[in-house]
Amino acid sequence: MSKVSMVLNGKSVSADVEDRTLLVSFIREVRGLTGTHVGCDTSQCGACVVHVDGKAVKSCTMLAAQADGADVVTLEGLANGGDLHPVQAAFREHHGLQCGFCTPGMIMSAVDMINRHGPGNLDETTIRHELEGNICRCTGYHNIVKAIKAASDQMAGMAQAAE
Amino acid sequence: MKASAGGYARASSLRDALEMLAASDGSGRVLAGGQSLIAAMNLRLSAGDFLIDISRVGELAGVSETADSLRIGALTPHAEIGRNPLIRHHATLLSQAVEFIAHAAIRNRGTIGGALAHADPAAEFPACVLALGATLHVEGLNGTRDIRAEDFFQDIFETAIEDGEILTGLSVPKAGADERQVIEEVARRSGDYALAGVCLVKRTGGHRVSLFSVGPKPILAKNAMAALDRGDVEGAVEALKAEIDPPSDTQASAAYRRHLAGVLLRRAAARIEGGNA
Repeated sequence: MSKVSMVLNGKSVSADVEDRTLLVSFIREVRGLTGTHVGCDTSQCGACVVHVDGKAVKSCTMLAAQADGADVVTLEGLANGGDLHPVQAAFREHHGLQCGFCTPGMIMSAVDMINRHGPGNLDETTIRHELEGNICRCTGYHNIVKAIKAASDQMAGMAQAAE
Repeated sequence: MKASAGGYARASSLRDALEMLAASDGSGRVLAGGQSLIAAMNLRLSAGDFLIDISRVGELAGVSETADSLRIGALTPHAEIGRNPLIRHHATLLSQAVEFIAHAAIRNRGTIGGALAHADPAAEFPACVLALGATLHVEGLNGTRDIRAEDFFQDIFETAIEDGEILTGLSVPKAGADERQVIEEVARRSGDYALAGVCLVKRTGGHRVSLFSVGPKPILAKNAMAALDRGDVEGAVEALKAEIDPPSDTQASAAYRRHLAGVLLRRAAARIEGGNA
């Protein structure tokens, strides 16, 4: 057993878990946050992407013990109360989903992508390339790409307005 | 939850990790970024190991330079290899290779030392360090050893690291002023392991060609190198096809892999020498 403590969506949490516990199992089963999905559990599909210390990781391929002391953000941590994060709002606006299974990972990867490239700096080719680690079996990706582009551009506008 | 572990302990220093490894009586398994090991545990291809987590051992991360070489810590993540200015300038083969390795989220966790110690024959970094003529550094409780890349990779998932030793980093010679380094691969899907791949380095002393995913370990194609030194690209392609013995599997036949290797060498040579691929 390992004692694991972390900041999860801004809240300090801690639990004794089996050594083999994956970060995604800790999030879903110990903490009950089921927004993070498990598709393949071998890091292929991207449904489990969360942010650990500000970087996207696949939570199925990291032990909960390895996230001890880390700052972890899941899909549930993006919205500000009732106000959706711009990427969430863009996925709704552009219908960037059908069954919704891949959506949490898509959104967490999209936020990471916009952070790394800077808001407003994403073109369609870059977005499609960056999505290589997130598999969607419904949409054909078109609306997902549109939503990410729109969110990126909107966040650039928000950053400009704030200056 | 399908993964099975026979315990977990986080090492606070390299010494701490080596002592735990020695005390584990053969059941210890070094865990770095875990991007291959934890996936293998989830598939139960690997089960019951006592995991010694070195991922927070700060002394094993980072990139530094001497007059003629770069020292890269084993725990340097792929994402950092891709963006580090020293590596981009002096060992661009490694930064180019990062583009082919998996996906952004995996590159944030996966480490170069983990990839080299895992020695997947389809992985990019082992072939890169072979083409670059790098030296790998390992450490045990009895001291350190420097191992040439040529001697490091021994068989599928098998390296010269002995029981009780940990790979601590590698030294890569800095590229000369007129040196060129390129990597080419073909994969079925962006970010997947390659069906075949080629690294080509052209330096004052001659060409170096290494291949991955065409055998049980990365291969230095010496006859192809000699032909390229003579300026004979077609001769190099023929020599390359003769000196590899690729496997057939569900991904590709041996004949297709051999064909791809030749195509990739021609493309790599065209990028360096000019001309048509």
